[in-house]
Amino acid sequence: MNNRYLAIVRDGLWSNNVVLAQTLALCPTVAVTSSASNGLGMGLATAAVLVISGAVISLVRNIVTQEVRIPVFVLLIAGIVTLVDMAMNAWLHELYKVLGLFIPLIVTNCAILGRAESFASRQPVLASALDGLMTGAGFTLALVILGAVREVIGSGTLFAHASLLLGPHFSFMEMELIPHYRGFLLMVLPPGGFLALGFVLVGKRLIDRRLASRPSLVSAPATDGAMA
Amino acid sequence: MSTETPTAGFRQWVGYHAVLLGGIALAASALLALGDVQTSAEIAARAAEDLKSSLAQVVPASMHDNDLLADAVDVAAAEGGRPGHNTVYRARRGARITALAYRMAGQGYGGTIDLVMGVDPTGKLLGVRVISHQETPGLGDRIEASKSDWIKAFTGRSLDDPSPAKWGVKKDGGDFDQFTGATITPRAVVKTVKEGLEFFASHRAELLQPSPPATAAAQTGPASTRSGS
Repeated sequence: MNNRYLAIVRDGLWSNNVVLAQTLALCPTVAVTSSASNGLGMGLATAAVLVISGAVISLVRNIVTQEVRIPVFVLLIAGIVTLVDMAMNAWLHELYKVLGLFIPLIVTNCAILGRAESFASRQPVLASALDGLMTGAGFTLALVILGAVREVIGSGTLFAHASLLLGPHFSFMEMELIPHYRGFLLMVLPPGGFLALGFVLVGKRLIDRRLASRPSLVSAPATDGAMA
Repeated sequence: MSTETPTAGFRQWVGYHAVLLGGIALAASALLALGDVQTSAEIAARAAEDLKSSLAQVVPASMHDNDLLADAVDVAAAEGGRPGHNTVYRARRGARITALAYRMAGQGYGGTIDLVMGVDPTGKLLGVRVISHQETPGLGDRIEASKSDWIKAFTGRSLDDPSPAKWGVKKDGGDFDQFTGATITPRAVVKTVKEGLEFFASHRAELLQPSPPATAAAQTGPASTRSGS
């Protein structure tokens, strides 16, 4: 049983990462990651929606038929996103002012429908919520890495304006890595997003290859699989 | 693990799909309606707070003792990309008008730039702030007061300071700095601020007329929080 949850964690965070392995959800990924803080905000908001939609879709999975499942899932996801949008606007207004732009974009994130279709519609509630959380965490990880790469090269800073997103306690995260940097515009603009994404994908493949060439690290997951 | 039988009889019936889809749609709309009822008052209050705090940035609290949102006049105007009318909020000390605050919209590089500006009765700028914009992050967004001091260069200026020919960015022979890598954004802001001052100049008499709004303000009262939008 534990192995199953471990597999969900590993898949969501790394081996089946939405952006880095499945290359899904590239539209919000490239649009939002001009800074690490923006990527973090979008990632957290998406993770929240993924957890809720995973649990809700898993709850209704036994009454929904194959023929109408797609409209039902789309309806549920759009409803959840709208509710999250309204609730944040009313009760988490400071955060909404920073993230508000990104939230309606979450509806168009195909990763959410993808997880609903391939996981939540077939698995129990707890596993689906965990899968949502881990997929969301993996998405956040990918967005923060991409945002950090683009921000460092493009503006010479890291986590600039993080305190706007997370509150004044997190102002220590804001770093100016290259003082008096004139900026490299290309990396901030959308083409830079595609360029950086390409290098990040290459980086992930290189790490995977390195891991695969080490027998000791490979044997551990293999026994996991055998026991499961 | 799953005990589902794929060909469970009634589920194959077309009516089941219709009822299912309809039922889910009904449940989703009911939830959305409920959510709207629960949040709309709160959202309107937050929007009024936002408007109030953006007005407070351009009209210092020490300049007035009235509620700006309660003393608003609609002015017919075609300027500033807000066809039809523009709402002007008036700051008073006692009965005397000490400042006016209003929003202007201009076309930037990425879309509309919304500004709020405060003007004293002589036409001198008390301050300008950007409320919303879609300019390039890291370049055009230096028009935000939280990211650079550029926008504060407008404070104290008026239509004849600098002279009308100098109301532009330095690249166009004007008085205001542009940003490295972004000229269109500051140019749009300078143009919009100038339009805002012209709007004030052409409606000055109407806006500073003291009597009718004083009664309007008395009717609505200072405690009422009318939503600005």
